[in-house]
Amino acid sequence: MIENESLSREAGKGKPHQGNAVMKGETRLMKGNEALAEAAIRAGMDAYFGYPITPQSEILEYFTVEVPKRGGVVLQAESEVAAINMIYGAAGAGARVMTSSSSPGISLMQEGISYIASAELPCLLVNVMRGGPGLGTIQPSQGDYFQAVKGGGHGDYRLIVLAPSSVQEMADFVFDGFRLAEKYRNPAMILADGALGQMMEKVVLPEEGSLPKATPPWATTGKVNRKSNVITSLHIEPDKMEEINTYLQDKYRRMQDEIRFETVETDDADILLVAFGLSARICQKTLELAREKGMKVGLIRPITLYPFPSAAIAEAAAKTQFVLTVEMNAGQMVEDVRLAVNGKNPVYHKGRMGGIVPSPEEILTEIESILEKQQAEVEG
Amino acid sequence: MKKMGNEIKNIDGLEVVYKRPSTLLDVPFHYCPGCGHSVVHKVLMEVVEELGIQNDTIGVAPVGCSVFAYHYMDIDMQEAAHGRASAVATGIRRVLPDKYVFSYQGDGDLAAIGTAETIHAINRGENILMLFINNGIYGMTGGQMAPTSLLGQLTSTSPYGRESSSMGYPLKITDLIVNLPGAYYVTRQAVHTPNSVRKLKKAIKAAFEYQKLKKGTCFIEVVSNCPSGWKMTPKETINYLEEKMFPEYPLGDLKVPQKEPAAAVKPEPVPEEV
Repeated sequence: MIENESLSREAGKGKPHQGNAVMKGETRLMKGNEALAEAAIRAGMDAYFGYPITPQSEILEYFTVEVPKRGGVVLQAESEVAAINMIYGAAGAGARVMTSSSSPGISLMQEGISYIASAELPCLLVNVMRGGPGLGTIQPSQGDYFQAVKGGGHGDYRLIVLAPSSVQEMADFVFDGFRLAEKYRNPAMILADGALGQMMEKVVLPEEGSLPKATPPWATTGKVNRKSNVITSLHIEPDKMEEINTYLQDKYRRMQDEIRFETVETDDADILLVAFGLSARICQKTLELAREKGMKVGLIRPITLYPFPSAAIAEAAAKTQFVLTVEMNAGQMVEDVRLAVNGKNPVYHKGRMGGIVPSPEEILTEIESILEKQQAEVEG
Repeated sequence: MKKMGNEIKNIDGLEVVYKRPSTLLDVPFHYCPGCGHSVVHKVLMEVVEELGIQNDTIGVAPVGCSVFAYHYMDIDMQEAAHGRASAVATGIRRVLPDKYVFSYQGDGDLAAIGTAETIHAINRGENILMLFINNGIYGMTGGQMAPTSLLGQLTSTSPYGRESSSMGYPLKITDLIVNLPGAYYVTRQAVHTPNSVRKLKKAIKAAFEYQKLKKGTCFIEVVSNCPSGWKMTPKETINYLEEKMFPEYPLGDLKVPQKEPAAAVKPEPVPEEV
């Protein structure tokens, strides 16, 4: 891949990344990618298979420094295709495993993800999104919402999708991701973006070893005193395949128990902002600016993108004039917001594409322009 | 699938000299009559039984006629996506470093879509056995051309015969990987005669014993047949193997470890008292 040339040259010089291993309770300044990696080690990750791609190569690099010191397996695979299949094998063998990539690399993993979902293997996937489509740019975006939430790979399956909006959440959601993946025997994905991956913030890291682990009874660890275990997604008889699909759909219904979201000043809001990840951070600032001007703006931030907090959004939107979805894409989560609101309020979309991060002010300008248009319609 | 009777009656004066290995499940194979897969499955599972490693072996069965190997082999198994068996086996091996891991791959899987995974797993010297069933055709999907198909061979996607200018040459993947330092034991075998079956069994046994040494990948190519795909009777396929396939893919060892694997053959301790 042809990455940003000057970045590649920088990476070749000087020392390799030194791990920032910290003890429990200590607050440290860390880069998002590294906080995520450190959290994974503390969560008792057994193996990481990955491939370099900007803006998340630091995750792989961090593991190559730290894992040999603290136990486990780290392997730079020959491609993302190979990496996701190593994940499949290791997860099927009962290990707690993780991989990470960025948009084009996640596309390469889609076949493997579909297999993993069908075979019901727990694992943690991380997508540090960059601008696309195609080779795109290395700047942050939220353009893979559809891919993460609606499938991406072939067939009827769902991922558990968590959207962090801070370096703290980059670390915390690793624990949540492993826990949920293992609870539901389902792949979980942390859907982040290049800015979250690269930014440095204070983070309190979870305690090492605090996420319990047990070898699952279905894993291929060698059959001792039991029937042989088979990990497969091939069910050639249609009756059997339908049975499997029905089971998976029931599971996804049960997963609705895991809905998480955050609301900011939605109780008295006339205008509702809906945003996830970095966009939600920016909208929080917009909210402050708007309130200073006397506009009653509220924000709802989905934390789980699947399962999606439809009911919570509908409720927050109920008494508002309109809903504005802000995301760094051409309009993806807005479709789920429209479904949730179900025609009861107008839903607008504000997006930037190509790796551009919107400013709080431009979102405020958008709110004001919508208000003006609505006013004009009333008067006209 | 109808279960076959498996009672072995003890009849006076007769002893059982041959039976299905206990590591093969009592399920009829779906393979075509005369297909080499049946023999390879049996030989592989005989070795697993004889070495006593049924509880410690995990197999990977990717897309191909043998994707259903897990219906027949009574060991833990994982099905893999087409071409990905080497990567899946790598994942298993890395988290279970003391188990025996093998992949059972066809020519499309190992030498077309899986070429990168094949080469890189060997390049890393993954301590696995790659069992490569090369019958120069894609059996499962209805007889399409494979990278290992011969020039002039008629297949469903080379209906006028494979010609090099647009379809390339038979890919001798085994020769490509033999010189990788991660390749520990590389051999080409067959199952067309009782003698070749015996040799294959020896090779598989050696490969499992080499895994204990953790010195690299064992790669066994089995030049085999496909009566359905080649549109021949099983007997005709034997002639075709001898006249056409073996000259292209010569049988024998390509790379053998220098010393005897001493760790695998521990002499019995001599008892102190007579």
